[in-house]
Amino acid sequence: MSVVELARPVEKARATPKAPRRRVTAWHRWLSPLALLVVWQLASATGLLPERLLAAPATIAATAVDLTQAGTLPTAVGVSLQRVLIGFAVGGTIGVLLAVVAGLSRAGENAVDPIMQMLRALPFFGLIPLFILWFGIGEEPKILLVALAVSFPLYLNTFSGIRGVDGKLAEVAKTLRLSRGRLIRHIVLPGALPQTLVGLRQALGVAWLALIVAEQVNATTGLGYMINDAREFLRTDVIVVGLLVYSALGLATDSLVRLLERRALAWRRGFLA
Amino acid sequence: MATRLSGVARAFGDRVVLDSIDLELRDGEFTALLGRSGSGKSTLLRALAGLDDEVTGTIEVTDSVAVAFQEPRLVPWKRLLANITLGLDAPVSKAKEALAEVGLTERAGAWPLTLSGGEAQRASLARALVREPELLLLDEPFSALDALTRITIHHLVLELWARHRPAVLLVTHDVDEALLLADRVLVLDEGRIAHDIPITTDRPRHREDPDLVALRTTLLAALGVSPEGRS
Repeated sequence: MSVVELARPVEKARATPKAPRRRVTAWHRWLSPLALLVVWQLASATGLLPERLLAAPATIAATAVDLTQAGTLPTAVGVSLQRVLIGFAVGGTIGVLLAVVAGLSRAGENAVDPIMQMLRALPFFGLIPLFILWFGIGEEPKILLVALAVSFPLYLNTFSGIRGVDGKLAEVAKTLRLSRGRLIRHIVLPGALPQTLVGLRQALGVAWLALIVAEQVNATTGLGYMINDAREFLRTDVIVVGLLVYSALGLATDSLVRLLERRALAWRRGFLA
Repeated sequence: MATRLSGVARAFGDRVVLDSIDLELRDGEFTALLGRSGSGKSTLLRALAGLDDEVTGTIEVTDSVAVAFQEPRLVPWKRLLANITLGLDAPVSKAKEALAEVGLTERAGAWPLTLSGGEAQRASLARALVREPELLLLDEPFSALDALTRITIHHLVLELWARHRPAVLLVTHDVDEALLLADRVLVLDEGRIAHDIPITTDRPRHREDPDLVALRTTLLAALGVSPEGRS
């Protein structure tokens, strides 16, 4: 879980203006991946790379189309996506609420933070056996594992975001006679938002990771199940399709958060522009 | 309601910053508080603003206090108009009037971080004045501005003060600023009000006015500086 402390400079990096020269040569960056693809296809075609180890790119593409048309892939994606979304909503809500409780008062911090720090030290993948004992092998253990994984980065980042809010603004709030409720709504939460959004992106990363692990261990539906099932039949093409879909989903949710970030932090963009 | 302080004291550890302050700020009066850096000017202002819980003594002050700080302290994630209306019970039209008064009508929708220093400080004044305070506390609000902007804002402050007539306490280290703006100049030294000097010169005032020139020398001496440099 060392992931959590990293990634602070994310927004700054995004703000650096693109040099025009970079854009002209951008297609150069596609050359080596394309070359790799060609080599891979050739190796498969000549039998150098046997299909039981790794299927050819063309086969993988065809399998992707087949799985989509047969409905297997969309169903699996739907199930997995649902698990992530529910788990994310549950874990995110808990993480942010706890951060608000801990962030707003010393008493809250003393009550919440030690427990969160202890839980954070647990290797949460190691909890899978316990989760199976507690919740069976249905949807609950998978959703809860995602929820657990998600709650920590959101908790830690929101907490530090709240504590990082400029004390001078709190003084302004006092001279403007803002009530505590308004102080939280207008100053504290928006002030913590940039850091919370960093936590959100980290949380999405671990959410998919937690799901993949949970689905590998016990599942009768979903992407993880599709991959595991394919292993039984040495269908490396199906496995690769599953992996690609996982990463596409991860990228898609990440860009969703970036979109959110751009809208929510417009006040800062104005400054950087 | 006039503002009265008696026996006001504040120490940070062993360091006594305010020893025993007795002071009355009269309604509608423009008072400047001068002092060397570290003399406790801002500490006194913060006590009046209710931002210091550890100050001792008696402070009688109206509930209707507004503050403009050295840095404008606008809330960066609220557009300008929303900054003015923050915590305000009056209708939005009042906030728009306040922005118009400081010449920022066009910037109402701007993010604070896109404002220039002078604009942000004017916005900060508008945010304070829209509350129609009986006591306006200004904590060196002009010190970070460039010389030209400062002249403009001095005029603006006098204009706004003449219109709204709050009692003003301006904390500054700039003797000329005090002479140009205030009815009364206080000098804080060794934790006490060492000098309390009325200025009766008519406004608009000019730096070269002989009365002000004489006062300047007096005040600089009170601050431990001769006009040519340190004494």
